[in-house]
Amino acid sequence: MSEETAKVLDQEPLYADAEALPTAQNRVKAFIKKFSKRKAALVSLVFLVALIVVAVISPYIVPYDPAAPDYSHMLEGPTAQHILGTDEFGRDVLSRVMVGARLSLFCALSAVVVGTFLGTVLGLLAGYYGGILESLIMRGSDVLFAFPDILLAIAIVAIIGPGTVNVIIAVAVFTVPSFARIMRSATIQVKGSLYVEVARSLGCPDRRILWTHIFPGTIQSMIVNFTMRIGTAILAAASLSFLGYGADVTVPEWGSMLSTARNYMTTAPHLVYVPGVLIFLTVLAFNLLGDGLRDTLDPKLK
Amino acid sequence: MAERLLDVTGLTTTFRTGKKTSVTAVNNVTFSLDRGEILGLVGESGCGKSVTSLSIMGLFEDTAGKVASGSIVFDGEDLTKLTTKQMRSIRGKRISMIFQNPMSSLNSCMRVEAQLIEAIRLHNDVSKSEARQRASKMLSAVGIPDPEQTLRSYPHQLSGGMSQRVMIAMALCCEPEMMIADEPTTALDVTIQAQILELMKDIRSRNNTSILLITHDLGVVAEMCSRALVMYAGRIVEEASVEELFASPIHPYTVGLIASVPKLGSGVTSLPSIPGSVPDLSAMPQGCKFAPRCKYAQAVCRQTEPELAPVPGGNGRKCRCHLFGKEEGKEAQA
Repeated sequence: MSEETAKVLDQEPLYADAEALPTAQNRVKAFIKKFSKRKAALVSLVFLVALIVVAVISPYIVPYDPAAPDYSHMLEGPTAQHILGTDEFGRDVLSRVMVGARLSLFCALSAVVVGTFLGTVLGLLAGYYGGILESLIMRGSDVLFAFPDILLAIAIVAIIGPGTVNVIIAVAVFTVPSFARIMRSATIQVKGSLYVEVARSLGCPDRRILWTHIFPGTIQSMIVNFTMRIGTAILAAASLSFLGYGADVTVPEWGSMLSTARNYMTTAPHLVYVPGVLIFLTVLAFNLLGDGLRDTLDPKLK
Repeated sequence: MAERLLDVTGLTTTFRTGKKTSVTAVNNVTFSLDRGEILGLVGESGCGKSVTSLSIMGLFEDTAGKVASGSIVFDGEDLTKLTTKQMRSIRGKRISMIFQNPMSSLNSCMRVEAQLIEAIRLHNDVSKSEARQRASKMLSAVGIPDPEQTLRSYPHQLSGGMSQRVMIAMALCCEPEMMIADEPTTALDVTIQAQILELMKDIRSRNNTSILLITHDLGVVAEMCSRALVMYAGRIVEEASVEELFASPIHPYTVGLIASVPKLGSGVTSLPSIPGSVPDLSAMPQGCKFAPRCKYAQAVCRQTEPELAPVPGGNGRKCRCHLFGKEEGKEAQA
């Protein structure tokens, strides 16, 4: 390099943004700062964390045994002893929803995790390789998309039989196509970017390009859709057990609680309200959280 | 005479536009590149410069484009006949490429070091720490004052000039014999542009790397190259040494291009321009592709396409024009 070049080089700013030091902590800090400005998402996050904590430790903190009947206090509204009232066998509703949160959340979360994994892999492959593989995957998900979510889940459970695991499978199956679609379009978008072409011009093999260059670029769409789909999955899992396709009816679960409560709707409406409102709030919280995450993570909205 | 590195003969690249239709983006392009030579490829947008470079790199894998005919002989091997895998081992290792927009050429999710280490380890069996050391050396070689800091940066933290230096380092890290620079300085401002060009010249003289410099900036060609090709509508219309090209352009298109470059102190208030625009690839005129825009066009120009013919007495110089050598042509230049 000539001296002249070196001289000019000294004047060139080294970093476009000298403030932004390249540390991971800074990125996390920036994320937290931005996210905490979204009040609805923040409240949702707090609510969901509390819910999950309660669900996990519920067996140790419930005020009553959720399965123990008390025939002297049947179908009672909220009292000092039973804050949320009792059901048709005199079981404490508060204890039952606390324990019920475990199954409801577990079903929904594991179904969405399975569905996300499969959908993401399929979407990435379809978007990257194109051709017959893409047609097969995308037409396959179009077929699944043609059914209303819950109908599809019912059909699957009808085929493989009721039970917790089967509910998870059913909900996972109808989560797959939405992920496949979103991930495919995200993949195609990232695939067209210059840095992927650069990687190819450096002789990078396809599989490496797909996982180290394209996948990280699509992760944000994945996270957002993930939170959104949990809401739907909770609703679906609850609906399935409401319809009697869920697990053992003696195990408390929000959907099945709602289902039994239906019979006493006129005499003991609190039985419907408690699990119903909880399902509503949880689904809402996941959606708001998803919105907040999208607003914070999506670089296009910055 | 220097050793020949690349021989492109009759390269024709087509893009599929429908089930049975296709357009020809590059038509019968023939040129060669010696070791250590900087060859300029000039032309306006859409004339097939970039497609030529992508054809050499074989980067059409999943677009509709393909090399329809012709050969690209690189160091004795025809690149068009290699398998995907063989091609991959040449890309980045023996031929590498720098792109137009440095800011988006780097993966924004990865630190600079990860990308450089990846590029090094793709073609060399070295450990991560060795690769990192080499990456750091490469960065200082391309004139980055604080390689360690840059290695730890994310691309958005670098300025455009720095990013292009990183890109060049990445393209050079396997010591390729040939580098294709596709408008490497278009997105940079003028001072940075000068530095990057200087750097490329440096690299050429240090490693005897051949450079195919694609640009629409005639100033860059004058500064960098010994020889230049002028492309129009997918064809080479003129090939000449840079001195000859600027001193006495022959093809009316080249004449127009050179006339439209602003000159200091000339006192001209408005620059001359070439009327009309590049013909649509799917609706090419019969005859000379430049005829509709050429003010010297004759009947013959509109009917038959001229060949790229050697210019008498012009040391390897070639031109694709009916009028050249005839009375009208000479008048046209006068």
